[in-house]
Amino acid sequence: MNTQDRLTVSAAPHVHDRTTVKNVMWNVVLALLPALAFATYYWGIRALLLTLTGAVTAVVCEALIQKLRKVPITVHDGSAFLTGLLLAFNIHAGAPFWLPILGAIFAITVGKQVFGGLGNNPVNPALLGRAFLMASWPTQMTAGWVAVKDSAMSGLNDLTRIATDLQSLSPKAYELVTSATPLKVAQTLRDSNFVADINAQAGGLNLSGRIFSSLTEMDTLKSLFWGNIGGCIGEVSAFALLLGAAYLLYKNIIGWRIPLFYIGTVFVLSFLFGGIPGAEISMMLPFFHIFSGGLLLGAFFMATDYTTSPLTKNGRIIFGIGCGLLTIVIRFVGGYPEGVSYSILFMNVMTPLIDKLTMPKAFGRVKK
Amino acid sequence: MRLKTFPGGIHPHDEKHYSASAPISNLPTPERVIIHLSQHIGAVSSPTVKVGDTVLKGQVVAVPAGFVSLVQHASISGKVTKIGKFLHPTGAMSMGIEISSDQQDQSVELHDDPDFMSLDPDELIARVSAAGICGMGGAGFPTHVKLSPPQDKPIDTVILNGVECEPFLTSDYRLMLERSEDILHGLRIIMRTLSAKKGIIGIEANKPDAIKLMQKLTAKEKDLSVVGFKLQYPQGAEKQLIYAATKRKVPAGGLPMAVGVDVQNVGTAAAIYEAVRYQKPLIERVISVTGPIVNTPMNLLAPIGALYSDLLKHCGGVSAPIGKAISGGPMMGFALPSLDAAMTKGSSGLVLFDEKSARSMQEHTCLRCAHCVDICPMNLMPSMIANAVKYNDLKMAVKGGLNDCIKCGSCAYVCPAHIRLVQWIDTGKIRYAEAQRNK
Repeated sequence: MNTQDRLTVSAAPHVHDRTTVKNVMWNVVLALLPALAFATYYWGIRALLLTLTGAVTAVVCEALIQKLRKVPITVHDGSAFLTGLLLAFNIHAGAPFWLPILGAIFAITVGKQVFGGLGNNPVNPALLGRAFLMASWPTQMTAGWVAVKDSAMSGLNDLTRIATDLQSLSPKAYELVTSATPLKVAQTLRDSNFVADINAQAGGLNLSGRIFSSLTEMDTLKSLFWGNIGGCIGEVSAFALLLGAAYLLYKNIIGWRIPLFYIGTVFVLSFLFGGIPGAEISMMLPFFHIFSGGLLLGAFFMATDYTTSPLTKNGRIIFGIGCGLLTIVIRFVGGYPEGVSYSILFMNVMTPLIDKLTMPKAFGRVKK
Repeated sequence: MRLKTFPGGIHPHDEKHYSASAPISNLPTPERVIIHLSQHIGAVSSPTVKVGDTVLKGQVVAVPAGFVSLVQHASISGKVTKIGKFLHPTGAMSMGIEISSDQQDQSVELHDDPDFMSLDPDELIARVSAAGICGMGGAGFPTHVKLSPPQDKPIDTVILNGVECEPFLTSDYRLMLERSEDILHGLRIIMRTLSAKKGIIGIEANKPDAIKLMQKLTAKEKDLSVVGFKLQYPQGAEKQLIYAATKRKVPAGGLPMAVGVDVQNVGTAAAIYEAVRYQKPLIERVISVTGPIVNTPMNLLAPIGALYSDLLKHCGGVSAPIGKAISGGPMMGFALPSLDAAMTKGSSGLVLFDEKSARSMQEHTCLRCAHCVDICPMNLMPSMIANAVKYNDLKMAVKGGLNDCIKCGSCAYVCPAHIRLVQWIDTGKIRYAEAQRNK
């Protein structure tokens, strides 16, 4: 047989399930498209262009660095595109275009390539890029947010409908309800001076309690779920994010442990500690905390980042709980209204330690 | 029937359809065979013939070199034409005896002992030992050794492994359908030698007709049961099989006897039956010749030592150039440098792939996706072991489970970065053994 001298000799196994790095990364991008579509629907073409700017900058930047490093250019694997996309998802739709550009450059260079590229970065590059932008240009990152068309930024539509009455009652409360994101409203209501102020302005009415309870009204939750609220580009619709997450879970690209324990921890803790004095705690409060801000985006798409989350099964549970705990701590006692990105970054750094402490015992080995 | 299984594992396509419906057929006596002196785990057998000797089919040509070793027989009649190195199905060159056929097919005389079940256990083991039987599922541990456990390790359960979880292979499946009674006799003999009270036949759910047939045949026998398993690789690995069937965990580094279990392949059971009843040596076995490019995939009853090239010729050759020839299944089998290799007692299949499927994939950096950790049936951290080996940190590799790895290949199967995890782990095992020797 003349073919015999060309037989391939290699180690077992000789079959493979055919997944590739490329396949994984582009599937995650695909899973984020519903969120992008919703953002474009709500904010118009600008949201789409900002996102593409981030993604394309990341790809170009990675290609240039790989050329400088004289290593194979691997931007077709989609990981840089995904990083740029996620970074832009953490920026609001009213931001200037240089913001996602600088953020993506920082994410790819300092967040990823200095460590050797894909698989070697200690923390999530997109979140590092966001932290860099927040530290350097806090005004541009937080001011000039655009409200979704036909809706209030805060999603508190019942209160905005009576806005004129509210304005005459308490100007401060009016400003809060009409201009802040839902989480900012929740955070501000934890400030006892502010609460005393608006209640005094309202002539002793429990106005703070009234605003707080409207956070958990069905109407507000619906806005949060579908995305009729202010927020960052990628965070806007809980529904769109859940759709993408379901796809990734079904395709076994992300695991259930990190998102379940992350969201579960936020659910339980927000119910236990989410209340404010003078207001009733609603059973719906946990849903408010899950659907608002970047929690779903973070829990399904960023905390699950392969490279920066633990290898071990128990480690991933600890990681998820840790993220949830820190998110709640930041939201309830920290200086920022939102804590998702910093909690994930913090837990990223803990990952090697978690892996070390949660090494599994081999099948048939007795626990010492 | 409630299907059982083990934790972890993967679900490769079973690909059994190529050869599953082909009944066992005989390979015509080939022109030559090579009887390898190392077909088993243990000491290499010592030849008792020299070049030029005439041998009968079934005649001893090599004797065991110790207790954990094996006797070897001529599988055809003819003349010894060479004793030297030949290509072994593991891909290495290894000592063997070449016999050229005289086309007479003259056999040593066989006896029939219909009353074989009344023989005493020592005699049963002696006959198994004289027949040169080793495990026919692949590892090839000498069977007489397995049937003689130390007194302080009583065996209460014998499990017959009819799982055949490797994709493509169907030799055990056909054997269970066509020689089910022989297999059950074999099981009875094993149970008698070990004084075991329970016999279990474990079969995976993709062989429902084999499960049904075995259930029918054992319906009236209270001490025998058939256990169906969920389709999951590596169900046929000893420790996973024992756990799935009995919920007993073989301790790390231990043998099945530590939990009172003995596992035998169904093919081994059939060979044991023939050895005990007819005193017939193990000189032939069923092997699946299959794969997408084989013209007529078959399950062949072939003499031990037949060349893979002769098997393929009998199956009508291939429809496309061969890219890879695998001895055994595609998960744990060996890729051969050529088809000149001769089959051994453990050769369950020859699987052929075309050049496109043989192409090896580029190894990427580990993404730390942990898919390997999620599916490892031994609950190890394959990517961590591989990395530790890469950086020569054997201590770390052992901590990650280097010595517990059963090399089933599940980790490499799911790795999106196509890291050759088993190869790295194997390298680590070799380096570790070297380091232990040099201590």
